[in-house]
Amino acid sequence: MSGPTARPANGGDVVIAGAAETDAVGVLPEHSTLRLHVEGARNAVADAGLRMSDIDGIASVSAPGPIQVAHALGIRPRWIDGTGVGGTSFLLHVRHAVAAIRAGHASTILVTHGESGKSRVGAAYGMLPPSSPNAQFEAPYGVLGPPTMFTIPLLRYMKEFGLTPEQLAYVPVAQRKWAARNPRARYREPITVEDVLNSRMISYPLHLLECCLVTDGGGALVITSAERARDLPQPPVHILGTGETFESPLISQMEDFTTSAAFRRSSAEAFAEAGISHGDVDHLMIYDAFAHVPIYGLEDMGFVGRGEAGAFIAEGNTEPGGRLPLNTNGGGLSYTHTGMYGMFLIQESVRQLRGQAAAQVPGVEVSVALGNGGMFMAAGTLVLSNRTA
Amino acid sequence: MPARGKPTPVPTPETRPYFDAAARGELKIQRCLDCGRPFFYPRPCCPFCASAALEWITASGRATLYSYTINHRPAPGFEQDAPYAIAVVQLEEGPRMMANIVGIDNTPDNLVLDMDLQVTFEQRGDVTIPQFTPAGTEAAR
Repeated sequence: MSGPTARPANGGDVVIAGAAETDAVGVLPEHSTLRLHVEGARNAVADAGLRMSDIDGIASVSAPGPIQVAHALGIRPRWIDGTGVGGTSFLLHVRHAVAAIRAGHASTILVTHGESGKSRVGAAYGMLPPSSPNAQFEAPYGVLGPPTMFTIPLLRYMKEFGLTPEQLAYVPVAQRKWAARNPRARYREPITVEDVLNSRMISYPLHLLECCLVTDGGGALVITSAERARDLPQPPVHILGTGETFESPLISQMEDFTTSAAFRRSSAEAFAEAGISHGDVDHLMIYDAFAHVPIYGLEDMGFVGRGEAGAFIAEGNTEPGGRLPLNTNGGGLSYTHTGMYGMFLIQESVRQLRGQAAAQVPGVEVSVALGNGGMFMAAGTLVLSNRTA
Repeated sequence: MPARGKPTPVPTPETRPYFDAAARGELKIQRCLDCGRPFFYPRPCCPFCASAALEWITASGRATLYSYTINHRPAPGFEQDAPYAIAVVQLEEGPRMMANIVGIDNTPDNLVLDMDLQVTFEQRGDVTIPQFTPAGTEAAR
């Protein structure tokens, strides 16, 4: 794999010691955005066998952001990270937390997510300033949220590589098979390619069932040193490699519509740091706001060649019993999608590595999560393992 | 400003020449005087070499259809247009920009990738924005 120079393996000296979601995900009109953060945080700290007073670092996305969340929880942090690059932000927080713990800037860091994506209780409105490049050069052409922008590159990909509408429609079909095994998943009924192609057109060429859910929910992580985690109850999840980058804040300025430079660079960096190759990966999570995003992800991470991912998924390789289990919680397409979905990627990777997942894959030792921010705007990648190298 | 009309861009000092040119029926983009490369969108320095020595050039207005989506859930102001295409076009000079494809029904059959397009202009409030239309049609003045 081309990319950054390989570095010595980090030894997995920093771990995820606590991980939990809100009690429920889905439609939670009684939960404010802040409550979703707080509930996820309390659950994660309890999962780690710690008390809130043990937390000395906080990372979260505005709004409400790390200050509000830490204040609500009574945390007095000596380390704060408010990096907000869309749905992948939490993967970046994990990466930054590893560095902070190594540097001694904090010992036990809490990363929180909460979003009232469906009920919009106390939700932030992410309007860009009218003089921003997006507002001047894209908004006048009638864009309205991710379905109208994230989808634009897809036709070019389909033309270049011959991806068929049926192959694309199989992505949600495969993921629904995982969701069927997950009692918390929003949609669990099996679906067919025909069901997908007969569902309402949202943004051609994508149908309703090729678009993610819109839900309420949250989750949090507790990150600390492997040494500290030895006394804690959960099996540690070692952070072996991480990557982060961005490509373009405007979808129209993405360099090549058939590949995400952000996915490529972020993942190459994480794989190189971890010193792993693709054959080492037992379980994979790829941000799936729309059906084509896992196709880009599989190719841009290097699991398959350019133009091969549609057939790879349609042949059953990523579904239950396949050789590369992908999006085993059901994904944003069937499990839950609050808006900034990245936290749920990490949660499922942790569950699989602990052997605690609803749709548990036998013998998972290395799990990789690829997060997307914005519309192919930013990316973060984590290589996680239940062993140290 | 009309209530819930189509969005009107708010130019900044560095984008004003682009919108002023559009009002005159010209598509202007920037080019770097140091590395020679043209780029879009307008900004204070070259994204390839960070030089601040820039010039405005008049684009030919010829472009091809790079990719698009057909949006069935209209943005405010676009209710009468839905379903409508949101396209990215590739200018003859190289850079790409977002546009609508006007003067033709926005159906998958009509909108063929790599088809030839020509710039046209649309008045939007007190601002003029470039749009694109199939080359050789009436709207391609």
